[in-house]
Amino acid sequence: MELTSVERLHERYALLRATDPATPLPPMQAGQFAQLRVDGCPQAFLRRPISIHFLDRKRNEVWFLVQTIGPGTESLAAMKAGDRLNAVLPLGRGFTLPASASERILLVGGGVGVAPLLFLGQQLADMGVQPTFLLGARSASDLLQREHFQALGRVCVTTEDGSLGEQGYVTQHSILHNEKFDHISVCGPRPMMIAVARYAREQDIPCEVSLENRMACGVGACLCCVEDTQEGHVCVCTEGPVFNIKQLKWQI
Amino acid sequence: MADLTTDIAGLRLKNPVLTASGTFGYGLEFQDFVPLDQIGGIIVKGTTLHPRQGNPYPRMAETAQGMLNCVGLQNRGVDYFCSHIYPQLRDIPTNFIVNVSGSTPEDYAECAARIDELETIPAIELNISCPNVKHGGMAFGTTPEGAASVVNAVRKTYHKTLIVKLSPNVTDIVAIARAAEDEGADAVSLINTLMGMAIDAEHRRRILSIGTGGLSGPAVKPVALRMVWQVAHAVHIPVIGLGGISTATDAVEFLLAGARAVEIGTANFIDPAVSLKVVRGIDKYLERHGFKSVNEIIGLCE
Repeated sequence: MELTSVERLHERYALLRATDPATPLPPMQAGQFAQLRVDGCPQAFLRRPISIHFLDRKRNEVWFLVQTIGPGTESLAAMKAGDRLNAVLPLGRGFTLPASASERILLVGGGVGVAPLLFLGQQLADMGVQPTFLLGARSASDLLQREHFQALGRVCVTTEDGSLGEQGYVTQHSILHNEKFDHISVCGPRPMMIAVARYAREQDIPCEVSLENRMACGVGACLCCVEDTQEGHVCVCTEGPVFNIKQLKWQI
Repeated sequence: MADLTTDIAGLRLKNPVLTASGTFGYGLEFQDFVPLDQIGGIIVKGTTLHPRQGNPYPRMAETAQGMLNCVGLQNRGVDYFCSHIYPQLRDIPTNFIVNVSGSTPEDYAECAARIDELETIPAIELNISCPNVKHGGMAFGTTPEGAASVVNAVRKTYHKTLIVKLSPNVTDIVAIARAAEDEGADAVSLINTLMGMAIDAEHRRRILSIGTGGLSGPAVKPVALRMVWQVAHAVHIPVIGLGGISTATDAVEFLLAGARAVEIGTANFIDPAVSLKVVRGIDKYLERHGFKSVNEIIGLCE
């Protein structure tokens, strides 16, 4: 693939847009991911699994939202428009789409976990579903891509410092007490996902979470990224990364 | 095109490139990337008599030019392999070799006996070198007596090509290789992973769930190459070389050191199509240097 643009959205986040100049991008589901090779970085040996942030069919462009947490992701974020990006995609199983357009869908994201929710919001919008996004961040400046989310649905926000939206964690947002949803999809830090999963279970709402277990191969061969589920250890890269919370053995 | 065909104790390979156990699933996972029939052989995931859940997560740590894993032989057992996996593999025209592991010599022998019945599986690779299980595995592969006991038991129940995979976590790998040869192994493959450890300094804790794991990737290649060279000079049975091979040049180095074939392992994770690239690269190397057959370069480096 070829990078069409690399934009630093924030000190810790970069938005990479990539295209395949020769062929149309394959069909992709929100929640699926790509394995990006990190070139020119001796510390990064393995590929980096990065979720698909958005798919722009008109431009034949796929977007990746990269959080820089080490030398590998720093190298990805330091790439330039025109650079070649070696990506294996799409991988894994994505989020379940609703059976009917009348379902009330809540998408909850925190930190870089908002990434797949933009693509999911796009797929829902294509079906005629207007989702509600509940996005959490430390501070207003950490909340990424808000305008893009607003173009697809209603956006509710919590920040830990109260600089935007309601102060606190996503699970403290008033919308969870005042409204009823038919389905919740979550991606974010594990403690946040566990808290939302607990809420969903208490309210008896079907809930899917997207896991970020440490991976090597991304195709189900190395068995490194396993999650303990009702069916035993399963690969997050092929059976997930999206799981229904009923499949997991979380103590919630 | 040079002649890439070679053989391992009578097992004919269309080229000397195999994929290593635990790095290529059952091959099926890689069909989108590599035409499986163009690889010399596929060594499938470690299989045991009974299903194993393996070790808890986290099982992997990235290291300098390599990675550690402590998967611990997660697999659904030999019966599942025979009933569910084998039917999907049997018509694919390449050599599927099953990596067999166990906790006792009897386990190994019974598991091998089940595989012996599978018509299109021409060989097994006996894993006496897994560093990530408490019982069996590497325990057998670190003494000549231990290796001999497993190979002896399996040789009684298994009648096709028997490859024994050796551990590098020993003082004298040649002694282990000789013990395997003396008990009737048809070939040896080496090396399995080197035992290592990773610690997260920021959080002051070990990264892998069981503390230690097996190191693989380019970081181990010089160690592997040395051991292959030593063993190839000491035994009369064919040697299969592996450990950090990620390019055709790496593979050629192992052939020059005396390996009759090579296995590609961790490199499959970085480039799922690497095995085919290595096959083509070996061919180019042979043409560039005027060799007609891959067999001409095996062991050239005294």
